[in-house]
Amino acid sequence: MKAPKFSYVRAESVEHACKLLAEHGDEARILAGGQSLIPTLNMRLSRPALLIDINRLEHLAGAIFNGKEVRVGTLTRHADVMLSHMVAKYLPLVAEAIPHVAHVAVRNRGTFGGSVALADPAAEMPACLLALGGRLVLQSVRGTREVAAEDYFHGLYQTARAPDEMLIEALIPPQTSDERSSFKELSRRHGDFAVAGVAARARVKSGTISNVRLVYFGSEVKPTLAKTAMAAAEGKIWNDATAEAVSTALASDLDPMDNLLGKPATKLHWQRVLTQRALDDITSKAKAA
Amino acid sequence: MKTEETQEITCKVNGERITRLVPVRQHLVDFLRMDLQLTGSHIGCEHGVCGACSVRVDGKVVRGCLMLAVQADGQNIVTIEGLTDSGEVADLQAEFVERNALQCGYCTPGQLMTAAELLAEGEISTREEIRTFMSGNYCRCTGYHAIVDAIETTMKRREEASRAPRPAKGKA
Amino acid sequence: MTGTVTPKARLTPHDRPHSYVGRSLSRAGAKRAVAGKGRYTDDITLPRMLHAAFVRSPWAHARIKGIDIAAARKAPGVRVVMTGAEVAKLCTGPWVGTLTCFPTMKSAPQFPLAVERACWHGEPVVMVIADTRALAEDAAELVEIIYEELPVTVDKTTALGPGAVVLHPELGDNLAFEKTIDIGNVDQAFESADLIVEETYDFARHTAVSLEPRVLLADWDAASERLQIWTSSQTPHMIQHVIANTLGIPDHNVRVVAPDVGGSFGLKIHTYGDEIATALAAKVLGRPVKFVADRLESFGSDIHARENLIKARMAFTKAGDITAVDFDVVAGAGAYSQYPRTSVFEANQILNITAGPYKHKHYRAKATVVYLNKVPSSQYRAVGHPIGITVGESLLDLAATKLGIDPLEIRRRNAFPDAAFPTKTASGVKLADMSFTRCFDVLEKSIGYRALRADQAALRKQGVYRGIGLAAFIKGTAPGPNGYYGVGGAPISAQDACTIKLEPNGGIICAVGVTDQGQGVNDVMQQIAASALGVEMAAIRIISGDTDATPYGGGTYASRATAIGGEAVHQAARALRAEVLELAGVLLQAKPETLDLISGKIVDAATGMERLPLREIGRIAHFQVGQFPNTVHPQLSHTRRFRLLDDLYIFTNGIQAAHVEVDMETGFIKHLKHWVVEDCGRVINPQLADEQVRGGCVQGLGGALYEHCVYDENGQLINGTMADYLTPMSTEMPDIVVEHVVTPTSASELGAKGVGESGTGAAPAALMNAVNDALLPFEARVTAQPITPESILIALGRV
Repeated sequence: MKAPKFSYVRAESVEHACKLLAEHGDEARILAGGQSLIPTLNMRLSRPALLIDINRLEHLAGAIFNGKEVRVGTLTRHADVMLSHMVAKYLPLVAEAIPHVAHVAVRNRGTFGGSVALADPAAEMPACLLALGGRLVLQSVRGTREVAAEDYFHGLYQTARAPDEMLIEALIPPQTSDERSSFKELSRRHGDFAVAGVAARARVKSGTISNVRLVYFGSEVKPTLAKTAMAAAEGKIWNDATAEAVSTALASDLDPMDNLLGKPATKLHWQRVLTQRALDDITSKAKAA
Repeated sequence: MKTEETQEITCKVNGERITRLVPVRQHLVDFLRMDLQLTGSHIGCEHGVCGACSVRVDGKVVRGCLMLAVQADGQNIVTIEGLTDSGEVADLQAEFVERNALQCGYCTPGQLMTAAELLAEGEISTREEIRTFMSGNYCRCTGYHAIVDAIETTMKRREEASRAPRPAKGKA
Repeated sequence: MTGTVTPKARLTPHDRPHSYVGRSLSRAGAKRAVAGKGRYTDDITLPRMLHAAFVRSPWAHARIKGIDIAAARKAPGVRVVMTGAEVAKLCTGPWVGTLTCFPTMKSAPQFPLAVERACWHGEPVVMVIADTRALAEDAAELVEIIYEELPVTVDKTTALGPGAVVLHPELGDNLAFEKTIDIGNVDQAFESADLIVEETYDFARHTAVSLEPRVLLADWDAASERLQIWTSSQTPHMIQHVIANTLGIPDHNVRVVAPDVGGSFGLKIHTYGDEIATALAAKVLGRPVKFVADRLESFGSDIHARENLIKARMAFTKAGDITAVDFDVVAGAGAYSQYPRTSVFEANQILNITAGPYKHKHYRAKATVVYLNKVPSSQYRAVGHPIGITVGESLLDLAATKLGIDPLEIRRRNAFPDAAFPTKTASGVKLADMSFTRCFDVLEKSIGYRALRADQAALRKQGVYRGIGLAAFIKGTAPGPNGYYGVGGAPISAQDACTIKLEPNGGIICAVGVTDQGQGVNDVMQQIAASALGVEMAAIRIISGDTDATPYGGGTYASRATAIGGEAVHQAARALRAEVLELAGVLLQAKPETLDLISGKIVDAATGMERLPLREIGRIAHFQVGQFPNTVHPQLSHTRRFRLLDDLYIFTNGIQAAHVEVDMETGFIKHLKHWVVEDCGRVINPQLADEQVRGGCVQGLGGALYEHCVYDENGQLINGTMADYLTPMSTEMPDIVVEHVVTPTSASELGAKGVGESGTGAAPAALMNAVNDALLPFEARVTAQPITPESILIALGRV
């Protein structure tokens, strides 16, 4: 199980990487952490002509708060997200999600940007990004643009990123002090990809929840904002009736995949259970605060 | 057919400076095993699941099969051979033997590389935390219980040793 | 000097001479492994070594209409490309995986690589040998094969039905094997039963997933016409014969060495076509050739196991006595019966052992094994036991619930009492030296059974659903010579052997036919030899895993190493000891019976006074043998062979318990704790025995919770990666408490039974019973393994 032949270039700068992408188009692949790319190479499931290694572009690593939003560089390793004080302080949802990402050795190498760029349907970071209303900065020789997370994830491993574009960073608005978030996922074994999961946030004021945002992953082809369910919860007291309404609404938001990890009906059921637990968690966190 | 592309890399492996020409498609563990005869890192799946190939790159444990050898250029690599020679986990290794926390031994270097990172944190973990930290390393023989025991015992011994009063300066 | 095997001073050979048996000594091999100095086959590099890669069938069933290897031959670094037909021509003939001890069994001829027709997804078709594995894989991609896809048979329940595609037309149908046991009057027993419980159980197909894949390195010496093989094997002598016989080389000119083996679990007692082809390539090219199965080809070519559907029922009296057992197993084998061990043992063993702990008299069991377009299945750890034990124990629990009897109580009521042995099960297998009652008592105390039940009831009221599952078991270990393999015509020895030698300096070389895959077989042999001989551990060197250096033996499989190989060591060591005392008697002018050998010294038996160090016997007998009278001829080397006599197996027994919590909303199971009490007879090294049990349990739990080779309707294996075929990981696995009740087997002097598989055998049953116990308030049950969260939700009617 050895990778097929390819060419390899270590990018000297973002501009260099973009130039190579422009020249080679979808024949080229950006090599970040490589935790998803290299398995597909070893299995000969992907055959890029060129790998553009961005691991030396260290300025693309790290999470900082610029006073307005948290900027997570594309090369920030999952392990560094996990240790980041900025993330802990401003993005508690991400902090809660990150221990679910794979295992220590993969977190040490795998990157935030790689996960977002790949858009694996079961990945945690894309779901968080969507839940937090983040934006993605894409660069190419044509220039730089920002894409809202809501517009970025198109389908199964499909994103708004053009073949000549490179993901540079994510810009994520900090969670406000009056909101609470919760991250719940089910996976067969710890660190496995989720069979179902929800990234949830809301404001809670005397039992009433507002600004509810529910993003589902694992079951869907892409991280999915459950707008009907969110509407069913918005401005309501979190109680059995609201839970029932949200649960019912969820059926119109989700279209779970049928695969080895479960039937669509099962996944919808799991997502409903996780929704209940996430909103219970959010309201109890609010009470505790 | 595309020609085999190679690049020269220079890296530190177990403290030794190494310069080699490597095919760019070769993964790190094949390089360590085949070019440097460091056969202590094992190949179990080559798709990043089993952890048998775990090595330390610039201070962090990573999957050796999910990194290209060419990416090791300029990096500091430590394999089980280097970890052994340094004595860093001599206590853990002794405890693995004592507790029989291995059978066939194929996963063991990877287990030790990962456990070394947990031990380096210098904190006491619960058994559940140890299990979770070690969850990326397959073992098909032991059932994990003995591995958890060995790590837990080593952790506690280190903690006790760190709290023991140090002998006064100048005394043997 | 103290024994050097243990780093601690917990044992000196002087405080308990002759008794390393029963001591938890550390393994020498473990020290090597933790330093990364293990030497596995893939760690060996020979000068001018080449690498093999295989083109494998992408179809489950296809006619091979044409193969074009021209482009591959010209690819960089390629030394030879061989098709299945070319390989077949150089073999003495095809394999046929049948045994005469199963008279109704049939199988089709099989060559190392597919010829004309591929019968499973992953079957090797073309071999490429190149300078590196990467180059071999590059060239393999250039091989063009024209396939005509054929219809498939993948469902065992319809494989014998009308319209089923017959895999091998010359066999007439897809039936591999059929057997029925019918003892007593089963129909009448069911008619007069107070309670009948009946269920259908479904067990998924598994594979071993040894972390070190299959690997073979072959080197042909044309000058001496000798073939040297290094391979990750449990059974070097069997491999020697199969390779020799298939390639037409005399057995003695094939040397098979098994270096460190990275996990085996039965996977590595088999021969595989790709390995034979690799050996052949070495002979053809006159250069060393290595083949390492990568993980993807492992899933599609390592033997698979299990895949059984069982319709079963059990009859009871009101009081809870089992009166009859009746079941029907349909087993899905693969495309061929695996040569030479065949693919029917699993089903046969289910017939032997189901409801084996219990004293019922009316027993009917039928096994039907059918061919499918899937990877050949064969023996894998605990052959048949996980299935048979689950069926028996699950039905027993179902009856206990219906009768309102406690699960532990119904087992006590039905199990053979400890005084009953020797006896026979209803299925006809002999049980001896067993201890159900004692095991149950130890378990009850160990788990705090009553308190745990009270705790369970209290938690239920709070909406926390926990379950306690019990599984009593019998486990066949150490097969005898009159049952299956050898007697059925396979080149497999049920006997094992030890040659023990005294060296000039008093050192002991002990060569054994059994092999070590990390269980600590070598260390156990050393403990046995040191104890029987009366020397320090450090004085003994064990040699195993080399057909040139060890006496012929069956190797390590079916939990036989300690029970059979250990007894051979024990007997050989005693023979050497007897000679040493004879020679000492001559030198010391004393009667041998007045002397003893303790800790490497000849002593006066009565006083313990040292007379002569053993090394003096070695020195004189080798270098100054003239000191002995002409009538004395020191041999200093003794070989003993041991086999069971008439018995099919040495059966062991025990009971396991699982404690689980089921999340009724998600169907996810948390395994809280697991207990095992078992009786493997004399325990040579308690720590090693415990770890066999623990590791075995987790392997069984893998099958109960996760493992499943999933095929689609076209016979495509759709989860053949480690990310998709789930095995147990540390987070989800419980701590496991192991205790032993010791009833030495009367089959040997040493008294050891096998211990390697009982964990795997009964853990799935305990787990499933625990889950069903947790589900009890919901009147839901699961009867299929793996028990997935989804299957629990379905059972609960929640999805």
